[in-house]
Amino acid sequence: MVIVGGGKAGARAIVGLRGYGWEGSITLINAENLMPYDRPPLSKAAITDEAEPLPTSLLDLDMMTSLNVNHMRHTSAIDINRGSQTITLSNGSKVLYHRLLLATGAAPRKIPLEGGERALTLRDFADARKIRHAFATGKSVAIIGGGFIGLELAASATKYGCKVTVIESQPRILMRGVPDEIAGHVAARHASAGVTILTEVSVVQINPRSVVLTDDREIDAEILIAGIGAAPRTALAQKAGLAIDNGIACDTKMQTSDPFIWAAGDCCSFPHPIFDNMRMRLESWRNASDQAVTAVENMMGASRDFTAVPWFWSDQYDLSLQIAGVPGLGLSTVRRNLRDGAFIVCHMDADGRLVGASGIGRGNTIARDIRLLELLIGKKARPSAVQLSDANFQLKGLIKTDIAA
Amino acid sequence: MTKWIDVCATSDIDAEDVMRFDHGGQTFAIYHSPDGKFYATDGLCTHEKVHLADGLVMDNIIECPKHNGRFDYRDGSAKGAPVCVNLKTYPVKVEAGKIMMEIGK
Ligand SMILES: Cc1cc2nc3c(=O)[nH]c(=O)nc-3n(C[C@H](O)[C@H](O)[C@H](O)COP(=O)(O)OP(=O)(O)OC[C@H]3O[C@@H](n4cnc5c(N)ncnc54)[C@H](O)[C@@H]3O)c2cc1C
Ligand code: FES
Repeated sequence: MVIVGGGKAGARAIVGLRGYGWEGSITLINAENLMPYDRPPLSKAAITDEAEPLPTSLLDLDMMTSLNVNHMRHTSAIDINRGSQTITLSNGSKVLYHRLLLATGAAPRKIPLEGGERALTLRDFADARKIRHAFATGKSVAIIGGGFIGLELAASATKYGCKVTVIESQPRILMRGVPDEIAGHVAARHASAGVTILTEVSVVQINPRSVVLTDDREIDAEILIAGIGAAPRTALAQKAGLAIDNGIACDTKMQTSDPFIWAAGDCCSFPHPIFDNMRMRLESWRNASDQAVTAVENMMGASRDFTAVPWFWSDQYDLSLQIAGVPGLGLSTVRRNLRDGAFIVCHMDADGRLVGASGIGRGNTIARDIRLLELLIGKKARPSAVQLSDANFQLKGLIKTDIAA
Repeated sequence: MTKWIDVCATSDIDAEDVMRFDHGGQTFAIYHSPDGKFYATDGLCTHEKVHLADGLVMDNIIECPKHNGRFDYRDGSAKGAPVCVNLKTYPVKVEAGKIMMEIGK
């Protein structure tokens, strides 16, 4: 078994293979020169913690040894010969595979403007250290893109007293991710922390210490950050002739168009059985982990569909946001107010089926209800608006009394 | 020497639910299992020290609210990634409708 990419999906796949009793060899080809580590802390604790951060290890050297993994660090896979089932590595050597998992993740998009190379992006541990050291100077920060990573970095930058501006081309922040009410709550929290959020404007010119916007305004930007999303890393798969469709195209079993190659995590797209086989690509920590588990099970001969309900979280200041399902499929919403000002927006489709839930609150106030709603989404349940809007109504009861469609 | 500490009334925790309990600078999670028994564990997840009492109890499992790490709250055993370190458990007894736990030294 060979795995390309040592991120969340790659690391989970290793544990999964051994967990399912695979005793043969496992080779991990990992472009980074570090042991597999977690990315979510990179925009949060790795920037804000008092102490110099260390990578949050997913598999340390001891685990790698006890799981008997041939870990090739600082080595990239540059070519796959599907006929001979051989991978060519950046150091010129070749590796044979019996079954292959592609877990190459995604890479941040660059700003396509002159001077855009000055914009810092965040994906790897080294990027986080660079940004941390830049913020520590307390200089002005402009963040292009009001998505999750941009906003988490904005929150983190305020800890260093930086003057922060977020520049969003859409009418509001988190346009794709969450409903209006939640975006409004997040925006208000940023405003109270002194972050300026500009919407419906974009950058037209990058100067050495500032940027110029479509409305001619000039914004201080001694530190410039690009938070305009990430593109799946598909070059290797594409070169090998695998089907690509907004990521490495998989079927419901996480298998690519080659019967000996699977994919998992941010690099791939897949049809989701719970949502009418709509093809989606997710950039989420739990998804990377869950998909890796399904993929390795199938690599070992099972035939399991991937059906986990999408789930994502983001932490900004003292606020925690969670999203389950696919809120974008909803046509109407029901609000569920919880304690301490926390609330959840439930998203229903035309048939009254619960398809998504997004919530925000301090600490983990929303976690339990979001989890229950996630289970209901997975069951294609149709809870009533009365039940959903009543915080005292126990959602758990609905899960036990199977109300699946 | 063992010392039993008053936690709360049995009626304070619904069946198949969990409650946070702080005592002497420590935080614990107290569970009421679906079969009517009570259990106590450390209050913080062994992964990233999140309060488990915000999590979901399903049968004999407590699921962490942060990354869904799972533990069997009866013996504290971790049920797989991302949690790999077991939770510490504490003896619990019920007397006259009161839950009491033993924290040890
Ligand atoms: C800053 C940041 C914050 C985040 N915060 C959250 C959050 O709060 N909540 C949440 O749910 N998700 C969050 N995410 C998303 C989550 O981290 C990702 O979904 C997850 O890391 C995806 O895992 P992966 O294994 O698919 O890809 P990655 O973690 O990107 O790993 C891919 C690995 O493959 C390597 N690689 C690529 N090509 C090759 C090759 N040809 N040869 C060898 N190696 C290769 C790369 O170097 C990389 O190490 C965050 C992501 C980032 C970057
Ligand atoms: S903090 Fe509990 S699972 Fe991560």
